Amino acid sequence: MSDGELIGSYIVPVHPHTVLAPEQNEGWGRLRDAYDLAAQRIKDSGADLLIIYSTTWPSIIGHQIISDPNPEWVMVDHDFHDLGSIPYSFNVDEKFAHEWNKANEKRGLKSRTISYHGFPIDVGSVVALKLLNPDNTIPAVIVSSNVYANRSETTVLAKACMDVVKATGRKAVAVTAMSLSNRMFTTHIEPKDDRIHSLKDDEWNRKILEFLGEGRLEDVGQLSRTIHQQIRVNKVVAFKPMWWLSGMNQNRNDLTGEVLAYEAIHGAGGAVVHLDPTPSGTGDKEYDEDDVEYFAGERNVLDGEAAQADFEKDNSEPHAGTTQNSGPALWDPTENKGSVNTDAAPKPVGAYPHARRVGDLLYLSGVGPRQPGTNSIPGGPIHDGNGTPLNYDIKAQTHAVIQNITRILEEAGGSIDDVLDVTSFLVDMDRDFQGYNEVWAETLGHVGPTRTTLAIRALPTPIAVEMKVIAKAPAMD
Amino acid sequence: MTKGEIVAGCLAPHPPHLVYAENPPQNEPVAEGGWEQLRWGYERLRESLAGVEYDAIVLLSPHWQTYIGTHFLGLPHFKNLSVDPVFPNLFRYHYELDIDVELSQQIHDRAAEAGLSVKMMENPDFRVDYGTITTGHMFNPEWDKPMVVISSNRSRDYYSVEVMQEMMMELGRVTREAIIASGKKVVVLASNSLSHRHFTTESEIPEDMSKEHITSHAMHLWDMRMIEYFRTGQAQRIIDEMPEFTEQAIAESDGGGLSWLLSTLDIPKYPGILHGYGTIIGTGNAIVEWPARNHKEVEE
Ligand SMILES: [Fe+2]
Repeated sequence: MSDGELIGSYIVPVHPHTVLAPEQNEGWGRLRDAYDLAAQRIKDSGADLLIIYSTTWPSIIGHQIISDPNPEWVMVDHDFHDLGSIPYSFNVDEKFAHEWNKANEKRGLKSRTISYHGFPIDVGSVVALKLLNPDNTIPAVIVSSNVYANRSETTVLAKACMDVVKATGRKAVAVTAMSLSNRMFTTHIEPKDDRIHSLKDDEWNRKILEFLGEGRLEDVGQLSRTIHQQIRVNKVVAFKPMWWLSGMNQNRNDLTGEVLAYEAIHGAGGAVVHLDPTPSGTGDKEYDEDDVEYFAGERNVLDGEAAQADFEKDNSEPHAGTTQNSGPALWDPTENKGSVNTDAAPKPVGAYPHARRVGDLLYLSGVGPRQPGTNSIPGGPIHDGNGTPLNYDIKAQTHAVIQNITRILEEAGGSIDDVLDVTSFLVDMDRDFQGYNEVWAETLGHVGPTRTTLAIRALPTPIAVEMKVIAKAPAMD
Repeated sequence: MTKGEIVAGCLAPHPPHLVYAENPPQNEPVAEGGWEQLRWGYERLRESLAGVEYDAIVLLSPHWQTYIGTHFLGLPHFKNLSVDPVFPNLFRYHYELDIDVELSQQIHDRAAEAGLSVKMMENPDFRVDYGTITTGHMFNPEWDKPMVVISSNRSRDYYSVEVMQEMMMELGRVTREAIIASGKKVVVLASNSLSHRHFTTESEIPEDMSKEHITSHAMHLWDMRMIEYFRTGQAQRIIDEMPEFTEQAIAESDGGGLSWLLSTLDIPKYPGILHGYGTIIGTGNAIVEWPARNHKEVEE
């Protein structure tokens, strides 16, 4: 199977006018024509997957991904209910939704799949899918926009999605359902009187479209915070869709862009833009923020008292207890015959690989709870840089160890179900055995490996638990 | 015609977790209880009003979010399935409710006269938001009273808390006038939480109460400050501090419900009854009743 790829991206407007009332205003009609043209291009491109990131579906518990294979209902807009109803019945790629969810987890991002009869698909997704995929011939996935997410979560969400597109050999089209300037008139207007709410909003919209027309997507992504301050009503904490779309396009700045339409919808800026991956030859790029691969910002408030204390001290930057400024130096894992290494597991503290395959068995180096990328310790470190003991959460640490083991085994092509034998090391048997044992029972206890638990004086980093694992090696292909 | 009357005004929050934990037959998911402090609070509120006669419930929900003014449900009956877009695992509720269209129209018309942007919602396919359904269920599980359901005009997002509050005070004033003119006895409900910072993760068993607590000390302090004002009849201070409270506690008063409620009650100087307080996925929630029926002399 050849590698999957993103074969096109579209930016489309969210309000229902293009579906329900294109004849009532010339601008709405032009947006509709542009929508129809985009639909034709998508069809002609041979795309086999439509991926919708919708700004009109906010979520709180991570990102949500529709996995109901056939969501059906009747959508009525909260504001524009007098324009009519939009019945929908969509064709969702359930399998892709689940794979994406797993890929998010691998990159440290919380998400969940949603499959409930009657779940209200949001207006942006309904409008986009109705018009871009009128016969439902192309399967789709829809992802929410998390209200608390910022650039790193949104970027990682896109990268995880592309992991799956590539691995499954798909020819995917990415769609952001969004407004540019989103300030609407706050009173009723006659359709003929529609225009962009202010000259300032209009000028900003045109600037954004000039960039997009030149294929400079990452530049728009990097302007997201500025755009949010300038022309976005603060319905949400950040203007995110361009981060996602740029992440889907390897943060490129040299796409081939074309603005198919730009018009007002009740004062907001609506545009249909096509971004083709063909290099345009222009577009210098320089990052003004990190290019983030893994998300490690979840602050674990449910389990970690230590993490919580940490958060309250410094809530400008939510993080679990970090060991970045203390502890041993980090090494890149060594590469030898049969070694298995992954960026999704924490870096070693010496010259050794994450795992090594010998025959049918996989031997893992001792795995702790440190997080890949940030090196933070879920549940908090056991002492600070001066050696002063800290309160920490053994259950959160144990969970993190098992998650790291899972990532290494998945890198090897296997899963947590392959674990055969575990030797666990605890630095405080009296304090921690019970919590460690509970997490074990909920997780590896179901897998059923043999186990030995030892008390030891210390581990190289300020962690309370480490596990040494022998697993069944997945069959070689 | 006799004068209408607000018999009680209540802060009646709507996290769907409460309905989920009650396991009513209308809701699909099944829970092992949870959030009892708040559910007992609702029980006390219902008991407090058990012997009180009234004709209709007027409710403002922050989850019917409108950007083009304030909207009112404008058909006599709604029936559908309400699935919470944020917590669909907890809330999939088959509802049926009646609307007092006459009273809705009267409030709508007075608001229009006062210069507010308003609209009646008359599309039969419209799904009533889960905030309305949750508060509606917790306050009146029999669903035997007609309702007036008012949307949350997001003027806070468009302008500021101050502008939002000014508009909501005006809406509260005309709501009160319309109720008095209608000759009906009415309960008014503001359906919102106090501090509104959520956990971004959910425990494996959502109703696992060992995981439930306020998200931060600062949020707790703000909630307690507001509750102190509720309990001591200092509604004016709530109005005065609304901008700070709403911004610093990321409070759900941003939807305008609390300002509107206090205005319908003419900024009560008598104490509200605290029926319950508790956190839900980290947010602070209080159930408070202002028994206006017992304080007519103070108001007239
Ligand atoms: Fe809410």
